[in-house]
Amino acid sequence: MFEQIAYASIIVILGVGACLAYFWGSNWLLDKYLLPDKQTIGSGTVNRDKTRSAIRPWLFLFPALFFLSLFLVYPVFATLYFSFFDSASRNFVGLSNYLWAFRDPAFLQSIYNNLLWLIVVPLIATALGLIIATISDRLWWGNIAKSLIFMPMAISFVGASVIWKFIYDYRGVGVEQIGLLNAIVQGLGGTPQAWISIEGLNSFLLMVVMIWIEVGFAMVILSAALRGVPEETLEAARIDGANDFQIFFTIMIPQIMPTIIVVWTTITIKVLKVFDIILAMTNGQWDTQVLANLMFDWMFRAGDNGRGSMIAVVLMLAVLPIMIWNIRRVNSEQGTR
Amino acid sequence: MADLKINNLYKKYGTVEVLKNINLDIKSGEFIVFVGPSGCGKSTLLRCICGLEEISSGTLEIDGRIVNDVAPSKRGIAMVFQTYALYPHMSVYDNMAYSLKLAKIPHAQIKQMVEEAAEKLHLSAYLDRLPKELSGGQRQRVAIGRSIVRNPKVFLFDEPLSNLDAALRVQMRREIGSLNESLPNTTMIYVTHDQVEAMTMADRIVVLRDGIIEQVGAPMELYDNPQSIFVAGFIGSPKMNFFVGKLASKFNAKTVGVRPEHIKIVKSGGVWNGKIIYTEILGSDSYIYVDVGEENPVIIREEGKARQKIGEEISFSPNNNQYHLFDENDKPIKH
Repeated sequence: MFEQIAYASIIVILGVGACLAYFWGSNWLLDKYLLPDKQTIGSGTVNRDKTRSAIRPWLFLFPALFFLSLFLVYPVFATLYFSFFDSASRNFVGLSNYLWAFRDPAFLQSIYNNLLWLIVVPLIATALGLIIATISDRLWWGNIAKSLIFMPMAISFVGASVIWKFIYDYRGVGVEQIGLLNAIVQGLGGTPQAWISIEGLNSFLLMVVMIWIEVGFAMVILSAALRGVPEETLEAARIDGANDFQIFFTIMIPQIMPTIIVVWTTITIKVLKVFDIILAMTNGQWDTQVLANLMFDWMFRAGDNGRGSMIAVVLMLAVLPIMIWNIRRVNSEQGTR
Repeated sequence: MADLKINNLYKKYGTVEVLKNINLDIKSGEFIVFVGPSGCGKSTLLRCICGLEEISSGTLEIDGRIVNDVAPSKRGIAMVFQTYALYPHMSVYDNMAYSLKLAKIPHAQIKQMVEEAAEKLHLSAYLDRLPKELSGGQRQRVAIGRSIVRNPKVFLFDEPLSNLDAALRVQMRREIGSLNESLPNTTMIYVTHDQVEAMTMADRIVVLRDGIIEQVGAPMELYDNPQSIFVAGFIGSPKMNFFVGKLASKFNAKTVGVRPEHIKIVKSGGVWNGKIIYTEILGSDSYIYVDVGEENPVIIREEGKARQKIGEEISFSPNNNQYHLFDENDKPIKH
């Protein structure tokens, strides 16, 4: 035990030390060998200064770029490469993995479910977040409610899935039910259901888990944005004859639109990557399969590098446009600042 | 016609009375300025009139109709805010058209009304721009235009010029003045803490202090016959000089007030004597600060360039009869 801690500490110290040594040392070397010579005057010094300031950013960026390339860029291209090969990555098979996918019912099911998630979760999470942010600012217990709603953010997807598994839990006929949802249904005089296996409904029940987590995120960001809306514009609208709904939709929402879009796209990207909830709750059974879980199935359960990689590529291509758009937005907003 | 009548108006926040027993009659077409130091309740009174604040007790009548419980938009008022409060996501045109759209006026008519107002305020070239693309003065004009299109009976201004620089402020002051002339039937109520704005623009000034009205009157009336030391000190720049204690003993009053422009320096034998500690020479006139042994120096205004030097001992007196006497209650004494 102690040995392990000591070992870890040494590694941390060595790592930090190596970073320091690299940044400080490389900077020192640069200054030493390209120091403006006191004797040289005029253009000679200027040129050296220019070279130095051209080199310095690359020097400092190099470690980050190197590790990003090693662990991010290289795997992307490797995955793309593998997706054109067979399950053992030996024989080139062209597009056949992709062609297979579009006839595979499980794959099509996953695409359908992903689309469903993509539409439902960001929409409901953002809308609920906005409504809660608006209402909680007007109630004395609003801050307590906000803290409670924010809390699920701190729970991992797997942890949340376990909690909701209990809520949806079903024990066979005649056995005492322990699920909260079934307790409510029974309390209202209904019969207990095996919720998770009801096809068509179960995907939505899984989405509830993600919405439960993401509403807190949406609420906090939107609440801050709403507080940034100048009070006078709302008063001016009231004098102009707008009612509360008109003020909300024509004055408040447009003013926080950029924030709404950021929240929306952020949740969208998280939704596209959704994996843990499915794995923990149904593992893709009863028509709840999504791409990320399907990829995991093919890659690590079936051991098929080709199909696994192909699904990874499809997933990446789906995320890419939203990512690019999001980054552009952020950049352009900073540009006008 | 838009007479405005305030009767026994109180405004309370919990147990704190912010406005106490306000009574005011404003005639149609008047330009009224509410003036007073920060926290005197002038903005609160304006917000009570426009309906953004509820009136705790008393009545507010516009055109003979009690409007205490009438929504702001139905009172026939329009308001220009200190921060302009333009809708940042709407173009100038949409900012001005917003209230008309809410009132469900046909589009063609809205267009005509907005363009008319824009013409009047020299905004025609900027109708497609967003507020952030305009200068401070232009934004202020959009805020005014947004109010004009509603064709209000009462125009409310809440410190509209305090976000502008000095030169622009003088220009906008003139523009608001001419706006007032072009709308002879529109009552205007203007809130400011700047007594210069009050003096130059108002038909009548309402001086407020700690939630009560100190005095109502035409600018020169307040200048000539202030009804309290507070009004005497608030109206006029530089401030009126006040002499108390033995400096006032000759006048048989608790306080003697003399405006800097009503003091003349004499060779010797003046009413007061003191040493010059500071001079401000502005070209057209000069301000001489004289230490008379009190906390605040006496300010004397001399025309042209002052010849006196710092450290010089001088003697000075008020011009004939141009001084104000106040009793123990800070109320004026006839003399």
